[in-house]
Amino acid sequence: MAERRGGRLRLDRHTVESRVLAALRIVVIVGAVAAAAGPLLYGAVLSVRPFTEVIASPLALPGPGEVDLSSYGRALADESAGGFGLARFMRTSLMVSAWTVLLTVTCSVLGAYAAVRLRFFGRDTVNGFFLAVYLFPGIVLAVPLFVLFSRIGLTGSLVGLVVIYMAQTIPVSLYMLRGYFQAVPVSVEEAAEVDGCNRLQVITRVVLPMALPGVAATGLYVFMIAWNEFLFALLFLVDDRQRWTVSLGIARLADFAIPAPVLMAGSIAITVPIVAGFLLAQRLLVSGLTAGAEKG
Amino acid sequence: MSGRRTGTARAAVGSRRPRTRREREELHGRLLVAPTLLVVGAVVLFPFLAGFVLSLQDMRLIDIRFFSLADLEVSFDNFDRVLSSAGFWAAARTTVVYATVTTVGSVLSGLVVALALRRPFRGRGAVRGLLLVPYVLPVVAATTIWTTLLNPQYGAVNEIGQRLLGWSAPINFLSTYDIDIGGLPVPVALTVVIVFEVWKSFPLAFLFITARLQAVPRDLEEAAVVDGASPTQVFRHVLLPQLTGVLALLGLLRFIWSFQNFTDVYLLTGGAGGTEVVAVRVYEELVTRANIGTASALGVLMTLALAGLLVLYLRMAQKERV
Repeated sequence: MAERRGGRLRLDRHTVESRVLAALRIVVIVGAVAAAAGPLLYGAVLSVRPFTEVIASPLALPGPGEVDLSSYGRALADESAGGFGLARFMRTSLMVSAWTVLLTVTCSVLGAYAAVRLRFFGRDTVNGFFLAVYLFPGIVLAVPLFVLFSRIGLTGSLVGLVVIYMAQTIPVSLYMLRGYFQAVPVSVEEAAEVDGCNRLQVITRVVLPMALPGVAATGLYVFMIAWNEFLFALLFLVDDRQRWTVSLGIARLADFAIPAPVLMAGSIAITVPIVAGFLLAQRLLVSGLTAGAEKG
Repeated sequence: MSGRRTGTARAAVGSRRPRTRREREELHGRLLVAPTLLVVGAVVLFPFLAGFVLSLQDMRLIDIRFFSLADLEVSFDNFDRVLSSAGFWAAARTTVVYATVTTVGSVLSGLVVALALRRPFRGRGAVRGLLLVPYVLPVVAATTIWTTLLNPQYGAVNEIGQRLLGWSAPINFLSTYDIDIGGLPVPVALTVVIVFEVWKSFPLAFLFITARLQAVPRDLEEAAVVDGASPTQVFRHVLLPQLTGVLALLGLLRFIWSFQNFTDVYLLTGGAGGTEVVAVRVYEELVTRANIGTASALGVLMTLALAGLLVLYLRMAQKERV
């Protein structure tokens, strides 16, 4: 209809553009999905094929009966059992990440509440300053931190790592939580205060439950950062195989001549906790929303 | 007169007097921020300042245990050494090229994908989920998979190249400087680390741009369409002006992040094949050469370069309120 009403020239430009763009759109979507998910799929396929077959025919797909999960077992098993110790790396990383999340979220919940609700000396400095810290290069801090932590004997310990991850994640966590806390209505907090809650009770009983989806999202983000971190793990723990984290472990194994399927299995295995975290957080996000709806 | 009396009355009651609401806020505010300040102060601010001091010392790794404050000196030798050392300027150039191309690539692909996914279609949710894979995948997992993909013996890329594209020999993507294509030298390893970074970071740009696109008022666009604007005209004159803020912000953030990126480059190439960025050089100075002084001096130079960008960012953030 519009085509008939419009002038000849404009009609052409319109239809040509629309058709070209419609075709391009499909190309972009298909291309982007292939590029984004392709490597992971490739890794997953390789992880279930025997190494000899991978070398013989790199591009072949395993048939339904040929799926071989033994690489996962080898990657996860302890060195004493002929494996590569990934399960231990994962336990270490889980511990480090969990502590980081717990401590970071605790500190930043308190800090974010203060930054949002309380007027105190230096509040604006706190707000602006933290973003600057977040953007600051880790590699630059790595040198003095390495020196200082060596001096006080914290290199080689997981405690030192947790402290550094806290410092690296608190600024962004505080920044995220600030946004979520701002959405909590002040009137509810005031009502709680009238009912006799002190400041900490207001935070733990009112603000925290109401902002729970946000807190969960923040916790997940902090967990991802701690789980993925590589530089400080490398600097602090490289000589201590017993304490390798997942990032360091996989990276070091990749330097040795380890069969590719085992490496791929390891890479997939360390992704599982992150995906699990996302599913968990999603459930929390949804339940948080419905909890709010019921009260409305 | 009466004011003075209250004053004395207050002083007489002294510290037993319950604090006013205002004073309580002041105190609680400081107490609640204290743990955060303590950690950030001890693990970010103090080391940051220490980095400057260390850059002025002649200090090796083995000196750490015996170093005392009495040994402190002020000497700019480290900066001389760093600036005149072989490969510094090449590394600086590589860093700028890497950060610039990565930034443009990441923001552009994020924009293109966000536009392509703008109108709903069946399965859009699943597509969005799959697009986040590079962002969610642990960095080490991603680099390990990429290294395998590009492996000269059994990697899929070389296999496809040799079988379907007629390459005469496998390419060692992660350590080759450049190859001739039609007489032009094309950097190989540098291209790989850049493509990797774009791949890893475009989902974030996509998410930000999608969020901003959702906030663009529909009627503006509809009015333009009614007036006979073509799709590209709608984009150029209606959408793009709305997006400039978020695009600029994303660009700056990505530049800052890529500029200092150590992990991705180190894990892919270890700095080989012309991919030695300054961040990798800092690590090499510290670990391989065991020289704390020059490593710190390099760090200080990076800081100075980034400080300018940070100021720019804070100004933009104030304007944008993103």
